Amino acid sequence: MGRQSTAKQQTARRHAKATTGPQGIPDSSKSAASNLDRLIHERLRLGIISALAANESLTFSDLKNTMNTTDGNLSVHARKLEDAGYIAVTKYFEGRLPKTEYKLTAAGRRALENYLSHMETLIQQMRT
Amino acid sequence: MRPMDAIRLVSKPEPDQPPALHERAMDNLRYIRETMERSTAFTGVPGWGEVAIGGTALVATVVAATQSTFAGWLAVWIAEGLISLLIVGWSMDRKARAVNMPLMSGPGRKAIFSLSPPLIAGAVLTMVLIRARFTSAIPGAWLLLYGTGVVTGGMFSVPAVPLMGLCFMFLGAAALFAPPAFSDWFMGAGFGGLHLIFGIIIARKYGG
Repeated sequence: MGRQSTAKQQTARRHAKATTGPQGIPDSSKSAASNLDRLIHERLRLGIISALAANESLTFSDLKNTMNTTDGNLSVHARKLEDAGYIAVTKYFEGRLPKTEYKLTAAGRRALENYLSHMETLIQQMRT
Repeated sequence: MRPMDAIRLVSKPEPDQPPALHERAMDNLRYIRETMERSTAFTGVPGWGEVAIGGTALVATVVAATQSTFAGWLAVWIAEGLISLLIVGWSMDRKARAVNMPLMSGPGRKAIFSLSPPLIAGAVLTMVLIRARFTSAIPGAWLLLYGTGVVTGGMFSVPAVPLMGLCFMFLGAAALFAPPAFSDWFMGAGFGGLHLIFGIIIARKYGG
């Protein structure tokens, strides 16, 4: 009998978990969180997208200074965003110096807008 | 106390976790805003606006040098100061609009708050120097204080801006120790020459 009631409690707990999510997080918030664009959720990539959203274009060294990161780290994350079509890269020479310029694409701007609305949804749902 | 109660006490963080998710979302939004503000410091200073100020300052230098009285000289430079404020305000606003960033968001606000105290100090010091009949020190004091404001305001901007401020400070210090006959040269070299040179550098390197 005792074992049966424990099983019932477990089932009830599982059900509760299904509607409210772990630690009482509402399901809607959970789905908002799971719908997040993982590609730009990473801090440095989110920073790159944000910086480019506020500027028409930025060079590699502008971005490096803004993000206060290393060449290698910036290259890796910028490449991921480029592969996803979120940013466009132009390489050119200024005198003898090679320059790399980054611009946010329409897809990248949409991704940032979606990300912002997800964040706002999360905040709103936690407040209600 | 039953053993289960103890476990519940240990695993208490349950109610703390939803706010943590909410706080992370708030933190992400804050990070996005701060990154946008930080990145626009790279382009927020209007290079072409500074070139225009340099041009009007050179005209003011020539006009002020032909004035026979100190009052006339002062009036020319006060007019130039007002024109410069209008130019910088208009060009900063134009540049901010180009990147969809309000003028009074981070970079604009920081620049205005950093530049205002030395400019106010300069106005007060000008009145004191006039009262003390020590007007020959005014060009040096203006250059020095303006340079101070540009250095502090420029801390939030591209390296060329604080460097320009340092050049102004150097010229100001030199003007204070140079014979008064060279005052107009120092004013022209500073407000005209330095604005033109650094304005072109900023405009070409940082998008306008």
